[in-house]
Amino acid sequence: MIVFLEFVARLVGWLVLAPLLPGIINKVKAWVGGRRGPPVLQLYYDLARLWQKGVVLSTLVSPGFIAGPAVAWVAVLGAALLLPLGPVGAGLSFRGDVLLLIYLLALARFCTAWAAMETGSAFEGMGAAREVSYAVLAEAAIITAVLALCVHSGSVSLATMLNPAAGAGAVLLAAGLFAVLLAENCRVPFDDPNTHLELTMIHEVMILDHSGPPLAAILHGASIKLLLFATLLVEAVVPLGGLSRPAAAGVLAAGVLVVTVGVGLVESLLARLAFRRVPLLLTTAFLLCLFALLVAWKGGAA
Amino acid sequence: MSSETSFALLANATSLPWAALPEWPAAEFVRATAAELDRGARLCAWFGVPGDAGTHLVAIIAFDADNTLAAARSAPFAGHYPSLTATHPQAHLFEREVWEQHGLVPDGHPWLKPVRRTDAAGTAPANGEFFRVDGREIHEVAVGPVHAGIIEPGHFRFQCAGEEVLHLEIALGYQHRGAETGLAGGPHRATLSQIETVAGDTTIGHATAYASVLEALAGTEAPLRAQWLRALALELERLANHTGDLGALANDVAFLPTSAACGKIRGDFLNLTALLCGNRFGRGLVRPGGCHHDLEPARATTMLERLRVAVADTEQAAGWLWDAASVRARFENTGPVFAPQATALGLVGPPARACGLVRDVRYDHPAGWYRLAQAPVAVWPGGDVYARARVRWLELQRSGQFLLEQLATPPDGPIFEALPAPACPEPVSRAPDTLAVALVEGWRGEICHVALTDSAGKFRRYKITDPSFHNWTGLALALRGQAISDFPLCNKSFNLSYCGHDL
Repeated sequence: MIVFLEFVARLVGWLVLAPLLPGIINKVKAWVGGRRGPPVLQLYYDLARLWQKGVVLSTLVSPGFIAGPAVAWVAVLGAALLLPLGPVGAGLSFRGDVLLLIYLLALARFCTAWAAMETGSAFEGMGAAREVSYAVLAEAAIITAVLALCVHSGSVSLATMLNPAAGAGAVLLAAGLFAVLLAENCRVPFDDPNTHLELTMIHEVMILDHSGPPLAAILHGASIKLLLFATLLVEAVVPLGGLSRPAAAGVLAAGVLVVTVGVGLVESLLARLAFRRVPLLLTTAFLLCLFALLVAWKGGAA
Repeated sequence: MSSETSFALLANATSLPWAALPEWPAAEFVRATAAELDRGARLCAWFGVPGDAGTHLVAIIAFDADNTLAAARSAPFAGHYPSLTATHPQAHLFEREVWEQHGLVPDGHPWLKPVRRTDAAGTAPANGEFFRVDGREIHEVAVGPVHAGIIEPGHFRFQCAGEEVLHLEIALGYQHRGAETGLAGGPHRATLSQIETVAGDTTIGHATAYASVLEALAGTEAPLRAQWLRALALELERLANHTGDLGALANDVAFLPTSAACGKIRGDFLNLTALLCGNRFGRGLVRPGGCHHDLEPARATTMLERLRVAVADTEQAAGWLWDAASVRARFENTGPVFAPQATALGLVGPPARACGLVRDVRYDHPAGWYRLAQAPVAVWPGGDVYARARVRWLELQRSGQFLLEQLATPPDGPIFEALPAPACPEPVSRAPDTLAVALVEGWRGEICHVALTDSAGKFRRYKITDPSFHNWTGLALALRGQAISDFPLCNKSFNLSYCGHDL
């Protein structure tokens, strides 16, 4: 019973807290730009509004147009439940769960791209092509990061893996994972979540034709993904294992906040990259993670 | 150059009797125009004047180096004539327009299709066939006429190989509202208001051109102080729009600091125009014979103070933009137009000056206050988005300086003198059977207004050429071989008017 309640609490925690992050990012951006900005809770209002709206369907689409966002949302939430939260542990933990986490995220991406192609729109096909081609590079980086953690901890289970040592490896890993976070969550400098220009979009253009509850699922899923990556980044770098539960929760929350504000500052102060330069930055992220892997491997042996 | 021409010469903002224009048969007329263009002239306007015996073609060309304009016409005819576009691409849209309006067919025109005429249903422009690239790897992207942002309608058809644009074709006409045809038989009571909305963001530019045309037809000139006020308003318009453009460029590459600041400063400049005449876009300021509002010393002082602050703010916001390496990486080598292309296409305004062409009506064909005071022409080489942004920034600085200087030394005198009414049966203040031309360097470039009066002094033909009409093809060319994702950035760096083109 306790286990069940804890599971529900964890689920609710992910669902309820996630939409806070985009709000914080937008507040930071507004603050740097000297504006007042939308309320921190804006995404909650948007989700509530979208949930009450009807769905407009193209005559071309198959049920996949609705199923895509739904499956993606469930997949991202499932991935989130696999992520251990410091001493509290994960909702579900087993040997090799890290691979499932990565593939659940890939499944979510596949479903979003699939739903985008359903419309037959030139824009959305273009966006889907961009999304998956950059994802190939981002995935290489995140798998290398996971490998580094595996080598360091000698485990393939997230619960033991996310227990890092400080040092050069942690710094490299943090830099690499931060770049992956920005790419995976379609933030500047990879993508511009605020733009209205279809031709420049990556992620946003894939969801142009979605409306109502499916769009709400996509937006909510995106915020969970952002929270997931922020948590993963903090846990991969900050050793939480030795702390008491309240202290670990505090450190984790503070870490996630720092990452979120960091994303907001990057968006405020950096222009986005030209598309042809995106692979360069993602390759850099991959190399950072690769060096972290080398440090974990050779450094561990020494 | 111009001394050898067989065209009739005239200065900017002056008029010429219709009979004084040399007249040739159509083929000879096209040959003569081509020869002048080869000698370095530039096509400002090319239009038809319908008559009983057929349609005259009229060419207004500019010899920039000689600071003079020239005009000629063809004998009235119907049917076919040899195309000028075949040898001089700058005539391309003009010939399509003439074909659409008067049915004169340019033989050898490479891409003869409607410019803005509505289709059979009368609901949308008859875009005709688009150029297509064939191949398994080619995909076509259609953008617009309904866009995601709050911008005007226009249709863009890209032929892409992956992310690379092989060809862009731009189809406009969605804003066509008959501005030119409505002017025939005029001026009417509503004409001035209509002219002010030919392109709403260029209110002062178009209103000044219109007023200059009427003053030229009346054989007079606005009082000096009115010309001074018009120059102030025109430069304020330039400041506001260039600031907005720099902010929009920053916004397109997701660079927030400059984007947010410029949005605010643009408002400051617009408010200075409001301080001058009560309207942020300058409506109701310029009218034939002078200006409607004066700038008393007290308000001039206020304007001077607020202008200093706004110019300093712009300096800071632009500084952030130029200091950011990430911005520079996006602007440089994006959407290049080369100087020979710009010359061939007859580009005007900032896009032309960003190719290193010294082409500015205020300098080449000064009229009004610009004969007495000038700002240096802002030129930058390169032809890419960076160059176009740099030209805008140079013009911001120079127009700001110009305004600060001019506000400190106002001329005295009246701001309005009614146009004289010559003694004729109907008291109109316009010479009959006369052609008047006025060029104004608006913030987008050269605005050209041409009026031809009939025997009663009413408009027989009124031709408006907005700078956008020259420059849209430049945008299409800038996209060749570029990434399709850079289109919005290139588009913003030109920032052309849809309604100014569509009329």
